[in-house]
Amino acid sequence: MSVERGGWSVRALKLWIPLGAFMVFTLFPFYWMAVTSIKPNSELYNRKIMPMIVYHPTLKHYVDLLTETNFLQWTWNTLLVAVVSTAISLVFGTMLAYPLARMKFAGSALISFAVAATYLVPQPLLFIPLADIINQLQLGDTLTSVILTYPTLLVPFCAWLLMGYFRSVPQELEDAARIDGATRLQTMIKVFLPLCVPGFISAGIFAFTLSQNEFLYALIFLTQTDVRTVPVGAIAELVKGDVFYWGQLMAAALLGSVPVAVIYSFFVEHYVAGLTAGAVKQ
Amino acid sequence: MFSWLMVGPPILFLCALVGYPFLYGIWLSLEDRPVAQAGKFVGLANFIADFHDPVFWRVAINTFVYTFFATVLKMVGGLALALTMNQDFRFKNTIRALMLLPFIVPTVLSTIAWMWMLDPGFSVINWLLKYTGIANPGPSWLGNPVLAMISLIIVNVWRGLPFYAITLLAGLQTISPDLYEAATIDGAGTWARFRYVTLPLLKPVIFIVTMFSVIFTFADFQLVYVLTRGGPANATHLFATYAFDIAMSGGQLGMGASVALAMLPPLALIIIAMSVYMKPNKS
Repeated sequence: MSVERGGWSVRALKLWIPLGAFMVFTLFPFYWMAVTSIKPNSELYNRKIMPMIVYHPTLKHYVDLLTETNFLQWTWNTLLVAVVSTAISLVFGTMLAYPLARMKFAGSALISFAVAATYLVPQPLLFIPLADIINQLQLGDTLTSVILTYPTLLVPFCAWLLMGYFRSVPQELEDAARIDGATRLQTMIKVFLPLCVPGFISAGIFAFTLSQNEFLYALIFLTQTDVRTVPVGAIAELVKGDVFYWGQLMAAALLGSVPVAVIYSFFVEHYVAGLTAGAVKQ
Repeated sequence: MFSWLMVGPPILFLCALVGYPFLYGIWLSLEDRPVAQAGKFVGLANFIADFHDPVFWRVAINTFVYTFFATVLKMVGGLALALTMNQDFRFKNTIRALMLLPFIVPTVLSTIAWMWMLDPGFSVINWLLKYTGIANPGPSWLGNPVLAMISLIIVNVWRGLPFYAITLLAGLQTISPDLYEAATIDGAGTWARFRYVTLPLLKPVIFIVTMFSVIFTFADFQLVYVLTRGGPANATHLFATYAFDIAMSGGQLGMGASVALAMLPPLALIIIAMSVYMKPNKS
């Protein structure tokens, strides 16, 4: 860092005040989620009392959420779909990225362009035809419908990220293995891929969070309560016409965020690396 | 041979579930196609109907307003935050990790929290306005056409700003401190250093982040669907939510597909601009 000028007041003005204001903006909705989820209804809908704190905390909304709705089933569905789509995306991503990063072949430029273009196709452009296709295949209301479609969002991203990572791995080890008589496939699986674990973690975390976040396809394809994911279940079943079950909604929002938050907290650095990989070339 | 065996399966997969639906969507947009019935080819009739539909133009304007203001705010705010974060201070990693929370938490779930914060009867924001004496009673955030759009933009910025800040911060950290020292020796002040050192070197990163953000803001669905469903009186409908209403709620797949496809020309322009921009850096 360059020369430090000014005392604590300059530092407060340049660092802590803007940072503090921003953190309040960022974190307040989460605080509000947590506080609301443990308020009894008598406090929730009372305009006379100060709403920022809880006077009589209760776990009633959590108990109701877990016993009166299919929340656990939704959580299981969400996790299952996220894990399977992430696995598919990592395999397909590697199959695209390895040849593109390591070999020159006819059409490789075209393929990498197509992969980048696919990444930029937004979902709303595809959901209507896909809904019809899923219907014709009679896959509506099955988890297969989302397990098949989520990787279309994730494969291009994984391929792109892994391609960048693969290029940063030195080639000497593979060359040595090839000279020793290993085939391309053996070299890739036994020598190369084990070196790329950090890249796989980055891509995997990113794909996992994206699948947990997906809403549009799940909303359209999954209309039965026992196949729903958490976001769709919360929107469709905790809002009945004009009646919002705010306590349960907040409990669901908080619990539904836990899996992502836990995984994220273990791998923050990998996540940030994945996030910035596309834009920043180190 | 090996390379084609490798890329073959994923390419086939993407062709089947991205390429084919895309073409099929174009076909649908040329059909009168009620859900669960056979379609009838109608040529450009759907697009002509869109053209004469006042709601369609309202949707187009909404989408541009939403994208423009959300993107500018995210870019300026993200840059300011990245510059603030690019100082030495304690707990930097913890703060950075917390800062990304809005971006990693499933959007629908955090938007539900915002919906409660903007609730007409029990909004905590209105409670604050009343408590501090600014307004009593506070406004109906999602019931007023202009305020509803402003609310959507704020929530979009809340969610997307961390992505800008963290990516720009990573970009800032690649700029060598030597450059700043040299500029200082040459007599450059804080503003001049920012204007002539930071901005030009950060430009590629800003450009890519902005392109991404524009595409995904332009095609946003979740926020609007959860917060306003396009209301009040279509004031916050975007292309994606309007297409959804027509195709899924109204059962008119052909019309819906034509509205969704109307997103493509402006988006294609953006993508072309992006690839043209990225090309010289490739080798």
